[in-house]
Amino acid sequence: MTKVTMTVNGRQVSGEVEDRTLLVHFIRDKLGLTGTHVGCDTSQCGACVVHMDGRSIKSCSTLAVQAAGSEILTIEGLAKDGELHPVQAAFKANHGLQCGFCTPGMVMTAVDMINRYGGRLDEKTVRENLEGNICRCTGYHNIVKAILAAAAEMGAGRQAAE
Amino acid sequence: MYATNYHRASSVADAVRLKGASEDGKYVSGGMTLIPTMKQRLAAPSDLVDLRHVAEMKGITVSGDTIRIGAGTTHAEVATSAELKAACPALCHLASQIGDPHVRHMGTLGGSIANNDPAADYPSAMLALAATIVTDRREIAADDFFTGLFETALEDGEIIVAVSFARPERAGYSKFPNPASRYAMTGVFVAKAAGGVRVAVTGAGSNGVFRHGGMESALAGNFSPDALAGVTTDPSDMLSDIHGSAEYRANLVNVMARRAVAAAGAV
Repeated sequence: MTKVTMTVNGRQVSGEVEDRTLLVHFIRDKLGLTGTHVGCDTSQCGACVVHMDGRSIKSCSTLAVQAAGSEILTIEGLAKDGELHPVQAAFKANHGLQCGFCTPGMVMTAVDMINRYGGRLDEKTVRENLEGNICRCTGYHNIVKAILAAAAEMGAGRQAAE
Repeated sequence: MYATNYHRASSVADAVRLKGASEDGKYVSGGMTLIPTMKQRLAAPSDLVDLRHVAEMKGITVSGDTIRIGAGTTHAEVATSAELKAACPALCHLASQIGDPHVRHMGTLGGSIANNDPAADYPSAMLALAATIVTDRREIAADDFFTGLFETALEDGEIIVAVSFARPERAGYSKFPNPASRYAMTGVFVAKAAGGVRVAVTGAGSNGVFRHGGMESALAGNFSPDALAGVTTDPSDMLSDIHGSAEYRANLVNVMARRAVAAAGAV
């Protein structure tokens, strides 16, 4: 067993894990943060996407020991003071989910692409950047709509703050 | 996944030492192939030596006409490097087409070429750009590096530290991705440099990445898609599987090569 320490949603956490423990299992089973889902378990569906040091990664294809010392952001870390993150609010407003299983990964992926592209996101870019996320309900249209709405709102917010 | 022992290397020398001390260890960087393979129990290394924190293996430098990319540089970093975009945009384009954003945030150039998956993208670029593979102990020409399916000239414990190549006059990459996996069904990288034209094909050859002599000669005199019109590829050298027959791939090689040449803008 190895002791790993990392920052998860702004809080420093530690735990004893086997070296083969996947990051997603550490997050779900040791930390009890079950918003991050295991969908396919074969690195294809993106339900397990979290951010590591500010970049989206698949937590089912990363070992907890690899993530030691890093900053992890999960779906639970997005809302602040009871207010949904603009991406979460946009998914709600645009009905960007059906069964909801892929939603945490979709939202984390959306936040990542908005971080990278800002207001330059268009529909084609959004769809390309959803390459690693599968919605088995096939609800992509509203997911894309939600991401574009959130990007517009966040871009407008940034301009207002400047 | 079978049990394994994780070690984090702080330098190339440290990594070689850690691997040398292990029973049946493997280097891991992004782990985008290795970890899923271990999950399926198709690989069971006794030890993992993590290269992701080795600073000397990271970064892109363009000095004069020489481009050097650290082996630990991620696909996302290659795809978005402004310096590289100015020097060899075809390689940025290639990197932007690998896997998906999450894979590109973790996967590295060194990991891709060390694994030498016959459908991986980077091996074709290394071969067409006549790159030099720099390891912890020697320099290997790309022509001598890729030796077969998942096979390279790397010795046990040898680490790729960086790759370097001369800035091409023109280069282009075009791939036909498998609709499910997005791996290359066929990918063709063309590069025109002082030494001539080189064409390398991935995803199609039954022995992995290869150079296409017929296309290289055809393009040497006339670097245009039309020059490839009569050039054929022998189906008996092509992969054949449920995704596409050998004849289908042989045809794809020509189609992708023409698109790659068309995409190859002057740098």
